Amino acid sequence: MLKALFNILIFPGLFFLFVFGLFAEYVDRKFYARFQNRIGPPWFQPLADFIKLISKEEIIPEEADVTVFKLMPVIALTASCVSILYIPILGERAIFSFNGDVIVVLYLLTIPTFTYFLGGWYSRSVYSMIGAVRSLTQLFAYEVPLFLSILASALLADTWSLSGMATFYSHHLGYWFCNIIGFGVSLICLLGKLEKVPFDIPEAETEIVAGSFTEYNGRLLAFIRTSFNIEMVVGATLLAAVFLPFGLNLPLAAIFPLYLIQVIFIIILVAFLRSLFARLRLDQMINFCWKYLAPLAFLQVLLNLILKAVLPR
Amino acid sequence: MSRPGKIARLLIQSLFKKPATVNYPADCSGMPEGFRGKLKFNPSLCIGCKMCMRDCPSGAIEIRKIGEKQFEAEINLARCIYCGQCVDSCLKKALEITAEFELARLDPAQLKVILNAGNKDNPKG
Amino acid sequence: MHESGDVRIPIGPQHPALKEPESFLISLRGEKITASSVRLGYNHRGIEKACEERTYTQCLYLIERICGICSHSHSTCFAQAVEEVAGIEVPARAKYMRTLIAELERIHSHLLWLGVAGHEIGFDTLLMYTWRDREVVMDLLAKLTGNRVNYGINTIGGVRRDINSKQKEEVLKAIDILEDRTKYYIDLAKGETTLIKRLQGVGVLSHEDAKKLDAVGPTARASGIERDVRKDDPYAAYAELDFKVISVNSCDVYGRTLVRLGELMESFSLVRQIIRKIPDGPILAKSSRKIPAGEAVSRYEAPRGEDLHYVRSNGTEKPDRVKVRAPTLANIQSVSKMLEDRYLADMPIVIAAIDPCFSCTDRLIAIHDAKDRGKNTVVWETIRLKGIEWYKDRGIDFTSLNKKLTKLF
Repeated sequence: MLKALFNILIFPGLFFLFVFGLFAEYVDRKFYARFQNRIGPPWFQPLADFIKLISKEEIIPEEADVTVFKLMPVIALTASCVSILYIPILGERAIFSFNGDVIVVLYLLTIPTFTYFLGGWYSRSVYSMIGAVRSLTQLFAYEVPLFLSILASALLADTWSLSGMATFYSHHLGYWFCNIIGFGVSLICLLGKLEKVPFDIPEAETEIVAGSFTEYNGRLLAFIRTSFNIEMVVGATLLAAVFLPFGLNLPLAAIFPLYLIQVIFIIILVAFLRSLFARLRLDQMINFCWKYLAPLAFLQVLLNLILKAVLPR
Repeated sequence: MSRPGKIARLLIQSLFKKPATVNYPADCSGMPEGFRGKLKFNPSLCIGCKMCMRDCPSGAIEIRKIGEKQFEAEINLARCIYCGQCVDSCLKKALEITAEFELARLDPAQLKVILNAGNKDNPKG
Repeated sequence: MHESGDVRIPIGPQHPALKEPESFLISLRGEKITASSVRLGYNHRGIEKACEERTYTQCLYLIERICGICSHSHSTCFAQAVEEVAGIEVPARAKYMRTLIAELERIHSHLLWLGVAGHEIGFDTLLMYTWRDREVVMDLLAKLTGNRVNYGINTIGGVRRDINSKQKEEVLKAIDILEDRTKYYIDLAKGETTLIKRLQGVGVLSHEDAKKLDAVGPTARASGIERDVRKDDPYAAYAELDFKVISVNSCDVYGRTLVRLGELMESFSLVRQIIRKIPDGPILAKSSRKIPAGEAVSRYEAPRGEDLHYVRSNGTEKPDRVKVRAPTLANIQSVSKMLEDRYLADMPIVIAAIDPCFSCTDRLIAIHDAKDRGKNTVVWETIRLKGIEWYKDRGIDFTSLNKKLTKLF
């Protein structure tokens, strides 16, 4: 009982995710700035932003639906926090694991996008309604390649459990190379899930002010930004667990720094891709995802099916 | 021939170069010489013709008589547009422009400054 | 026009896409724009009226502050008009100095535009890099003129500051650095896929439409109209300098980008010519405070297009009437045409592509109804008295404030 409480609240639950989320935001912003030849924010900037937002007054528009407006950030936060319990962080087993938890984790990571849609729609402001519709449209474009590339990796490991996949890949280290295409595809789709350039269309600052989050301020905006940070950490952890599961046979003291390094590496890649491109238009983005990303993901699935029959277990 | 991500090489190079932004106010190198900042006034040369007051576009400078052939200048730092027209209009070259530009104050009363020769400025009390 | 079934979304007056307040009302169906309309006037400050209460020298500084980026354009145009009325011949060295600062301002403005265009399409990296290079030009201008914007180098009859040989060296060095960087940006504009996808085919203004709607500047030159005041009606030192007018035929935002990048390269060559050819001599011609009666129109090629100033004097030391027609006023009518049948995501870059400077635009505009032949002119004094009455009806009394105002002037 005490162990469950520790897991939920401290590690790898709320407290650890919150602190790591702040650190991940710092790393992302610092590298983004350095790529642009700027100094960037100091290390305490994300914490200062959070404290400032919490201390501000909450203004809810008159026409907005108050219950939905207030509930959505909480649901987004909850969904992303729960999904980390199924991803293996220290060693080959996650806190809870069962056959089929890959699907559960992917489903839980889709929930925040739905909450952004509902929160934006019920804000009843023109900008947030357009942003909300855009975030759902974007969901249909990047979800399929993301699901396919992660499931391709699960196919090769012949199990639907993330802990099982981690065990399989750490015992057969060479098989990591088979999933390179899937890694590239899911990295780009992670950009879409986290709504970062070139896929930050739902939150396009110069077109629709702030998209679904135009009317959010104060504590609720602090929760939304925290849920974005935690989603970034969880997404990076998922990618690290599926595609980069190295050295899981090492003792405990060495695994935790290794995990941190893997996640930070993925976040640096995300920051690099963020500074590289201009923002795509919605129709161009859907074209791109269905013309290039989905076929690549299908190719990865096909490749893994063939390899599963051919390679020794 | 176009490809996405053409700017990648520049980004990686910038990672190892010194950043272009400076950490102000810890690192304040100031403005180049010849920059138009705060005015400096030499009362010994002023003859009280008030040409500067006539030509000032915003009415920022005021010349007052404080004694026999003695004048003082009071400038309103908020109104001054730092154009230097008074420097050009002065017949006796009693006004000079310096490069001091950090002139923001929290108290509006401190923005009306009485200029003397040298560096002693008395805010209007 | 705007139909009732569509979603009406206000762009402005406050909006992250606009750097200055202006109101566009856009009707949307899904992501497609069906109609748009413009409302001007949010930046009207009464500058033309204020000029009538100030002497010509004071007016110069006021006119300069119509806009931050085209400040030298307005100041030079006004000074040229006044010098034409008074018959003052500006010495050759002063003309070359004015041209030097004008070309440096054009470089500054186009680099700023590149950054703004990058920001509007979400390419913040381009914004950071071009604005870093813009600092080179701004530091140079601070050394030459004394300020980073609003240079204050013009005066009636010439310029106020001279250039020495050390500054000439610094100018040439800075131009070398900037030319290198601009070549990289031209390479990037031709080679980066996401940039080309966002800019090509967007905001199309055909050759006939550009002629009909009277577009000026790079907006017109991207539609194949080769119109440039520096070539058609040379002023300052342009008659003695050698340069090309850049124009392309693609009629879209990508063409406008290429025109501006081409103009940057021409400006570098012009600055080098000026530094080499600048003649010795005085920098100021004597002029009296009172300008004889007369009127003049002067044109100038600002970074955004053709800038027009009209000055009428009546023999005193204050002008009788000053009228300013900024280039954005001519270009803004094409925005509605360019936004037809486009997506909402194209709206910021289409508006940014005409390089809008609404501070320049909002002056007094008279709109004549084509059916209404008569003109209704109201004297300034009548309007003032009417205003005082209107406020008195609501319990607000201005008499003590009026006393203070008359004492000031």
